[in-house]
Amino acid sequence: MAERIKEHPILGVQEKGKPVDFFFDGKKISGYEGEPIAAALKAAGVMIHRYTQKQHKPRGIFCAIGRCTDCVMVVDGVPNVRTCITPLKAGMDVKTQYGASDKPFDEQGV
Amino acid sequence: MKRYDLIIVGAGPSGLSAAIEAAKRGLEVVVFDENEKPGGQLFKQIHKFFGSKEHRAKTRGFVIGKELLEEADKAGVKVELDAAVIGLYQDKEVVVKIGDGIKHFKGDSIIIATGAAENMVTFPGWTLPGVIGAGAAQTMINLHGVLPGKRVLMLGTGNVGLVVSFQLMQCGCEVAALADAAPRVGGYGVHAAKVARCGVPFYLSHTIVKAEGEDRVTGVTIAEVDKNFKFIPGTEKYFDVDTICLAVGLSPMSQLLKMAGCKMEDNPKRGGQVPLCDKYGRTSLPGVIAAGDVSGIEEASSAMIEGRMAGLIAAEYLGFIEKEELDGELERLEKSLKELRQGMFAPKNRGKAVEKTDEGIDISENLLKKGYVADDEIERYPGVIHKIGVHPVIECTQNIPCNPCQDACPKGCISIGDNITSLPIAVNDSQCINCGMCVASCSGQAIFLVDEDCGGGFASVTLPYEFLPLPKEGTKGKALGRNGKPACDAEVVSVKSMKAFDKTNLLTVKVPKEYAMKARFFKAEP
Repeated sequence: MAERIKEHPILGVQEKGKPVDFFFDGKKISGYEGEPIAAALKAAGVMIHRYTQKQHKPRGIFCAIGRCTDCVMVVDGVPNVRTCITPLKAGMDVKTQYGASDKPFDEQGV
Repeated sequence: MKRYDLIIVGAGPSGLSAAIEAAKRGLEVVVFDENEKPGGQLFKQIHKFFGSKEHRAKTRGFVIGKELLEEADKAGVKVELDAAVIGLYQDKEVVVKIGDGIKHFKGDSIIIATGAAENMVTFPGWTLPGVIGAGAAQTMINLHGVLPGKRVLMLGTGNVGLVVSFQLMQCGCEVAALADAAPRVGGYGVHAAKVARCGVPFYLSHTIVKAEGEDRVTGVTIAEVDKNFKFIPGTEKYFDVDTICLAVGLSPMSQLLKMAGCKMEDNPKRGGQVPLCDKYGRTSLPGVIAAGDVSGIEEASSAMIEGRMAGLIAAEYLGFIEKEELDGELERLEKSLKELRQGMFAPKNRGKAVEKTDEGIDISENLLKKGYVADDEIERYPGVIHKIGVHPVIECTQNIPCNPCQDACPKGCISIGDNITSLPIAVNDSQCINCGMCVASCSGQAIFLVDEDCGGGFASVTLPYEFLPLPKEGTKGKALGRNGKPACDAEVVSVKSMKAFDKTNLLTVKVPKEYAMKARFFKAEP
């Protein structure tokens, strides 16, 4: 389980946006407005962002700067959203991505 | 189609520096960057930079970033964010994805300052959640304040691997070990030493066999490799970690230059596919200039100088600068860049096994293999002397471009001379006043103030300390040796935190006399 840094020896107490609630696979969790969705998920202990289309292998954060697309999820109904660079907003609906869908593979019939 | 005098791609250290110089000469400049914030990777760099005063040595990277943004703002530079340049075509047409739309722009000159991307290595389990780039770890901790995990194995001992390992420890992660397939530590010895003295083991000639875990990392197995990088059976070591960080080098992001038709080359000393360009960054296409890591992997300090040069060259190309001013500025910048490109780690020495310093002293074998200078090796360096009373002990053992310690001492106890890569010398007939400025100003945290006999059979050692919680006066614990192993009992006798020290606290610990030259870190009793 990951955690947030409360106080940093060099950076002090890092400034955050206002606390907001959002949804991860239907479950309400909280984060800070404006931080990357991936940061809020990480702080909540979420490691798996998606499963690959062919082999159904789990993927999570890899580069954290929007290059590798490993961390993409379905956000507010839109698939392939790079969560590491997409700012969190209150009420966002974030879902684990299976292939390119938010429906688990058995529901997709694959 | 909107036309600009100069279009710059990338708002990192080199792109912003280029924009500032060009805008100051009157060019209408726009900088496109795909990120939400400008500054590139500078804002993740929380360590003090190397170099000399004019390279902003001993200033932390994110502070340099802030100042660069202010300077750009003052110069009237326009930065377009969330603007990914996706094409560079004939006649300098630039295609940019802004929001959901695609826009076309024309630049009379172009500077490509797209920087570099992290390299990766593959091994069984490398796609598991929990295997991340070292840059990703740095982004998470220093920009977003979230820990990537609790216990980390770092693969790669270049400066990125070393610096990020230290920064992970600064925010409370445990670093289980550093591994590198190469037989020698790749980064600065001083960066390695400050990680090693915290007790992190180094495994050179070792790489990852397998990341363990079903749906996330639960551990990692490394093993020794032979000269041909083949695993040696029976040398496997397992670490219980939840995160594996990969710090295996950077590659220039030169795709736009290639697409535009610049002549390219594969140059391992520059990090891969790079444009052929002259010393100021002019590519084979007139008016298209490359600056920073895109034309060869170096440090942010060099990227900023290259950026300034590129901005001036764009001004020259369009006739915005007089020859006399141009020549003067370029000469100054070239001199400054040359200083950074000296020493053992200079681009020209990449891949070479340097065995002796410029002074003819043997490089510490132990430093290259285990990350720290052994007790019986340290005495041979000119920064390490013995005398009565408090005096600086400078454990700087490689020729790296850095000299703030020389300016920091008001009493002239430390001398480097004009060549900034020379090893610092502890001047014997000078009088140390125990101010601690040298300790705090050393970007490599390699200077200690030692009083070999402070009475009652004890010695005192003042060391740099950038961790939380900060021990208080009277705290008891263990002094650790350079190897990170407990050496002896120690008690904190003084803690100094001054504004001038810039967050590097000075801890003075009292240790038995015989440990004066051995105790180099402090760990409080739990």
